[in-house]
Amino acid sequence: MAQKPKVAFYWCASCGGCEEAVVDLEENILKVVDAVDIVLWPVAMDFKKKDIEAMEDGSIAVAFINGAVRMSEQEEWVHLLRKKAQMVVAFGACAHLGGIPGLANLNTKQQVFDTCYRDVPSNDNQAKTVPGLDSTVDGHHLHLPVFWDTVKSLAQVIDVDYYLPGCAPPPDLIWGAINAILTGQLPPKGAVLSPNKACCDDCPRKDTKPDKIEISEIKRPATHLMDPELCFMAQGFICMGPATRSGCGNRCIEGNMPCRGCFGPMDDVYDQGAKFLSAFASILAPKDEAGIDKLLDQIPDPTGTFYRFSLPTSLLHRRKTGAPV
Amino acid sequence: MATAAYEPRIVAFFCNWCTYTASDLAGTARLAYEPNAPVIRVMCSGRVDPQFVLKALQEGADGVLIGGCHPGDCHYQEGNYKALRRFRLLKRVLTQFGVEDERVRLEWISASEGDRVQHVINEMTHQLRALGPFHQARS
Repeated sequence: MAQKPKVAFYWCASCGGCEEAVVDLEENILKVVDAVDIVLWPVAMDFKKKDIEAMEDGSIAVAFINGAVRMSEQEEWVHLLRKKAQMVVAFGACAHLGGIPGLANLNTKQQVFDTCYRDVPSNDNQAKTVPGLDSTVDGHHLHLPVFWDTVKSLAQVIDVDYYLPGCAPPPDLIWGAINAILTGQLPPKGAVLSPNKACCDDCPRKDTKPDKIEISEIKRPATHLMDPELCFMAQGFICMGPATRSGCGNRCIEGNMPCRGCFGPMDDVYDQGAKFLSAFASILAPKDEAGIDKLLDQIPDPTGTFYRFSLPTSLLHRRKTGAPV
Repeated sequence: MATAAYEPRIVAFFCNWCTYTASDLAGTARLAYEPNAPVIRVMCSGRVDPQFVLKALQEGADGVLIGGCHPGDCHYQEGNYKALRRFRLLKRVLTQFGVEDERVRLEWISASEGDRVQHVINEMTHQLRALGPFHQARS
């Protein structure tokens, strides 16, 4: 019997949702297991780093890596997988764009640690213990990975062959990608495995979008009722659809929530947040500075909203280092 | 090795109809001003994609200056209003990115205001000289 192609799944700074997405293949996962030999999948199976290190370089057919890279240990793992795998797929928004963990790039490591280990009211840490690099307890030495100041996308650390977008990638895209890999029908290297058009293009509410939208009140899902059929932008909600790649199956829209941008920008866009900002600002109603500022006050966190998933891969990558808080 | 004194680099996007014409006027009127702001002519300040501003900063610019027609004077009716709205929103985002206020500026300068081009570029150059270079962490 011919040897089955070897496949690895790995996770870095992620929530585990991408692992769920693999399981969401449902019965198709049995076909995957039939067709390939899984050699690494920390969430589901017990393999050690030394098992991978012992493998020949290039002996893994494809490594699916999810999560952003923000610690030295993750960096070591992705370099190892790059060496052992012929193909690396950045799986999900965090590996693709930096994702939700990437929002930490508006802060420094020190601010993250202060908040997590000192300031959060639910903390019970009277000794103010903060994880250090090295510690010795009862004669046992412990070395922890380095936590970086800056969160990176996978392609900012290693060479990436393909990107599977989404938070998390929907099962049909995963299945399509696996089939494309198994049958060798892949687009050119570097492609995002999802259609290169805007979410609005296949939005079920497309026909309700008026020719001209003018926003004079910015509404938020937490404080305003949403019409279940009308275009979100026409209602005054921030919907990232115009600046976001399609292929998601409109899961959020079907659930009556505006697009948050997890599929990232289309090809030829440098900066998803700036592109959305451009589109959104152009349809605001006021024409004078005071009126514009008053309206913009209704967006509490513009950067976190427009760059929710793409801050590390934005043009500026992070908050300017050394900038006063 | 001697290090060259820091000179701010400003990328100026001037609209074809007003501010670019004003900078032409400044030239023909032989108004001297700081040479720190090479001009990129765009058809309208509404053409200035916020990506252009970020790209300039990422590529090493210390400041970005956008010049357009006064409100009501846009050759395309609405372009400068769009520029203003984008600018006001972009400034908020830039603040969150830690980019100082002086680095990105929008000015309305009509075709007859050559002296205004001189004043704005001089003022911005002096401010950025005092502020120092823009170093953005690169991955």
